[in-house]
Amino acid sequence: MTKIEDSFKKMDYEEALESDKEALEWIAKHNGQFGHFIGGRFTKPKNLFKTINPFNKREIAKVSQGTIADIKNSVKVARSGFEKWQSLSSFQRSKYLYAIARYIQKESRTISVLESIENGKSIRESRDIDIPLAARHFYYHAGWAQLLDEEFENYSPVGICGQIIPWNFPLLMLAWKVAPAIAAGNSVILKPAEQTSLTALYFAEICRRIKLPAGVVNVVTGDGITGSYLVKEKDVSKIAFTGSTQVGKEIKKSTAGSGKKLTLELGGKSPFIIFEDADLDSAVEGIVDAIWFNQGQVCCAGSRLLLHESISSKVEKKILSRMKKLRFGNPLDKSIDMGPLISLEQLNRVKRLVESGLEGGADIYQCDMPPLLKGYFYPPTLLKNVSPSMEIFQQEIFGPVLSSTTFRTPEEAVALANNSRYGLSASIWSENINLALDISPKLKVGVVWINSTNVFDAAVGFGGYRESGYGREGGKEGMYEYLEINSDTFSIKKEARIFRENISRSRQSVPHIDQTRKMFIGGNQKRGDSGHSIEVFDRKKQEIATVGRGNRKDIRNAVEAANKQMNWTALSSHARAQIMFYIAENLSQRRDYFISLLSSTTFCKNPIQEFDTALKRLFTFASWADKFDGAVHQAPVRANTIALNEPVGVIGVICPNLAPLASFVTLIAAALCQGNRLVVIPSENFPLPAVDMYQIFETSDVPAAAINIVTGNHEELIKTLSEHNSVDGIWNFGDSKYESDIDIASISNLKQIWSTNGNNVNWINYHASFNKLLLRKSSQVKNIWIPYGE
Amino acid sequence: MPLDKNFNKTKMDAVIVKNEGVPFQLEAINEVRINKSAVEKRCASATNRRTVKKHNQVAWLLKAITCMDLTTLSGDDTERRVVRLCNKAKTPLRNDLLKKLGIEDLNIKVGGVCVYHQFIRTALRALQGSTIPVVAVSTGFPAGHTPKKTKILEIKESIRSGAQEIDIVISRRHVLSGNWKKLYDEVSEYKEASGTACLKTILATGELGTLKNVKKAALICMMAGANFIKTSTGKESINATLPFTLVMSRAIREYRECTGFEVGYKPAGGISSAKDCLSYMMLVKEELGSKWLHPSLFRLGASSLLSDIERQIEHYVTGQYSSFNRHGIA
Repeated sequence: MTKIEDSFKKMDYEEALESDKEALEWIAKHNGQFGHFIGGRFTKPKNLFKTINPFNKREIAKVSQGTIADIKNSVKVARSGFEKWQSLSSFQRSKYLYAIARYIQKESRTISVLESIENGKSIRESRDIDIPLAARHFYYHAGWAQLLDEEFENYSPVGICGQIIPWNFPLLMLAWKVAPAIAAGNSVILKPAEQTSLTALYFAEICRRIKLPAGVVNVVTGDGITGSYLVKEKDVSKIAFTGSTQVGKEIKKSTAGSGKKLTLELGGKSPFIIFEDADLDSAVEGIVDAIWFNQGQVCCAGSRLLLHESISSKVEKKILSRMKKLRFGNPLDKSIDMGPLISLEQLNRVKRLVESGLEGGADIYQCDMPPLLKGYFYPPTLLKNVSPSMEIFQQEIFGPVLSSTTFRTPEEAVALANNSRYGLSASIWSENINLALDISPKLKVGVVWINSTNVFDAAVGFGGYRESGYGREGGKEGMYEYLEINSDTFSIKKEARIFRENISRSRQSVPHIDQTRKMFIGGNQKRGDSGHSIEVFDRKKQEIATVGRGNRKDIRNAVEAANKQMNWTALSSHARAQIMFYIAENLSQRRDYFISLLSSTTFCKNPIQEFDTALKRLFTFASWADKFDGAVHQAPVRANTIALNEPVGVIGVICPNLAPLASFVTLIAAALCQGNRLVVIPSENFPLPAVDMYQIFETSDVPAAAINIVTGNHEELIKTLSEHNSVDGIWNFGDSKYESDIDIASISNLKQIWSTNGNNVNWINYHASFNKLLLRKSSQVKNIWIPYGE
Repeated sequence: MPLDKNFNKTKMDAVIVKNEGVPFQLEAINEVRINKSAVEKRCASATNRRTVKKHNQVAWLLKAITCMDLTTLSGDDTERRVVRLCNKAKTPLRNDLLKKLGIEDLNIKVGGVCVYHQFIRTALRALQGSTIPVVAVSTGFPAGHTPKKTKILEIKESIRSGAQEIDIVISRRHVLSGNWKKLYDEVSEYKEASGTACLKTILATGELGTLKNVKKAALICMMAGANFIKTSTGKESINATLPFTLVMSRAIREYRECTGFEVGYKPAGGISSAKDCLSYMMLVKEELGSKWLHPSLFRLGASSLLSDIERQIEHYVTGQYSSFNRHGIA
């Protein structure tokens, strides 16, 4: 029988390999050895380690392990690169980004092959998904580079950005990091994952070929140790990291208190929810794209399958028969679905986690793998009957393993979906638009895909809630991560500051009309748990009142109340605006009282002005309540992609001493108007304006627990508040000496931290862009992809 | 590990379980859900996930020829024209190519010759000695707006004239107005009239408005006993597409899961390049399995596709790109 006759009988696929000739030639041109790319040149290869093809375990090339000296050199040239880059116009910078995009397209085949041989992903994925998206990112950001001056007024680049990327999407992650950074005018030092350095080095060569000014983009290869040198560099103003939650937390810890800007794109355990009215066959294809895309080594992989009980067995059957069609083999084979995992280490990790799932009692189904595969292959796996209490349901596996469970009602689907430390993405399958749009906002995730999964675009921000990290990549929101508001928009001149040092405490107590303020928790005036009070002194150092000395338990109660009573968040933006206007109205009735109160403290320079500012701020943010709209993105697919501004959740607000009424009102008004619930620690030395506001809240129809006030020693309260795992964000406007402690305390649930020294802020007269910044910090963007078409 | 060892085994059933039809079930129709964007995504990805190259591509293209209903359905058809078509059907590939490929034993010929009723006898005569069936379009093809009485009569007459396969058109108005029972009854009557002949039902997918309607119509036709479901007459402005193929393949799969009956699929109209044809075949293989890549369960309704396949095969043999004038036309 001829070969053709044989194939005619079988009607099957046969290996069809993409040529690796050009890619290997490029490696050979470098003698199979690579240095770093620092200051526009490749350094001499040194301290070499091997990079391995995970399909055949053979060495592809040798790459240099970056030393502390390499990092120091790169910081030095990145500084001069930054200056050169800054001296160019937006238009000039934009042209470079455009050229990069063009080159990625022109060289796309070689890059795709390099990506596949080093990472093990199928050539289809690198050719059709990764590389085109990487080019798209540079096109999109060439646009932002051009529009920088007009769209980001009063913002400046942060400086040198250290960027550490993972091995699962080497060039795409590079694009997500480098494109916005240089579009915003920064210079970068990129540290690719040690398993996958080659496309980053190829990219470096593109930078050289387009004559990008030396030092703007630097690539230092190496493992986590090289990365840790980069993180610790003082001159690096921003760290952007994508990788595991564990390493993300370590980075947070080692940058604590350094003032470095940080974005973390971390792990996930994303729910994939199929309702009974879904197009089930399409949903099953969605599963293939969700969990068997890139061997499941995807941070937003849909790894938790939630099935409506009524259709669960039907869908499981469909999945099993779909699994039989998956093909495995050489990543360069154009007919495969899955290649090997990245490394032996990863393979062992996946094995270990699956075994632990089986001990928990899950049922396992796996594809038979072709017998001759040598690489780090792990079969596509379905674990049935997984319960939320099992580790396998909660822990990120980062492999081709799908854990499935069932739900009875939409409400239960939401509860199961949100039963996770993570909050990266979710996929919802239903043909009922009412259901899909009802569920989307209820999920605590940064990205929702309706009837789709793993769709990405540069115009649409990507990033997670909770322990999936913070910051967004892509979209306008992603640009802000590489920019900083100019401090002259909000800071006051040094001589105008009034420091706590001016005040010395006196124990002397003056007989007066007794003034005992309580705390305000869950809508009620509450005595502190400790039973101790703190005296408050006026400018003559006379005690004028006492406030409760809050402790751990008061913080606990306040956070508990803020989490339990969601009424404020549930209100319409119109209703929130109404209440905030009403607060202003009621506050204005007590103008004389507050002005005289403010007159008694040195922290207020001009009581009348400060009071009027506070009133004005209430009006400002009441106005913003129903105007800080989201967006509908124009991604190049047939879908409406809605960017919703959602509240952060429960924000802990630490107030400064300065302008004790205006600062308090500004901060709470901004956070409240977006629907956050607050636990506020007012000015340590002059908390009276804040606590005197609770009577106004009580008479202004503010729902219980929207705002909770705990007075006391900042040092005592801040730690508990920052550590609390049910607090989603901290605004630290108090003493900057707490910054580092707050950063470290926040690590366990990766709450969003915003630290600014409130005693440096001109609360009475700042630029309007500071309002916008407050609004952005009050919200987080959720992108909902809604494809359409009948 | 309690591995389910059996679930990966695919059985290659050689015998086809012919459709006998089932009672009308409205419930199955009401449950139909189709997400167009997801369907389109699957079509784009499925055909990029797979490729066939070199000798394997030749094998697939040869298979395509054997599944082809070589078609002429024009107002200007004449008997001589039909005879020419039939001769091409018997010898779809140049002899020297067959020899060089070493596949003379495969006895490559097309799956059927598809004509109007008027030319059935002509075709039968011209195809004598081959096993190629004659396919007649029927029931007021292409619009289907003729009296029901004459539609039934037309089928019976065609059978009497010797047509082994009947391609009927459904009344699109029943689909568009949601009269599923009427559609079921209509196709049932056609089934009865066509007796043991292979009944292919043309949905005219391009005129049904939505993918959901396509799937519903496909399910109704199968319930009523269709042996094949076919996309188009070739006369609509939109004919066969990959999304129609996906939706109809899934309908066939679902019907088989529920009833055990195996129904064939015939995309028709607009498939004119070898590359397109491979995409259809890959999609069908992915959704239904290799069993469906056989003339008993897969047909391609085409008139110009063969010429392109011939050119591609010659390219494989010689390494040079070919030209249309090097192969005999129908």
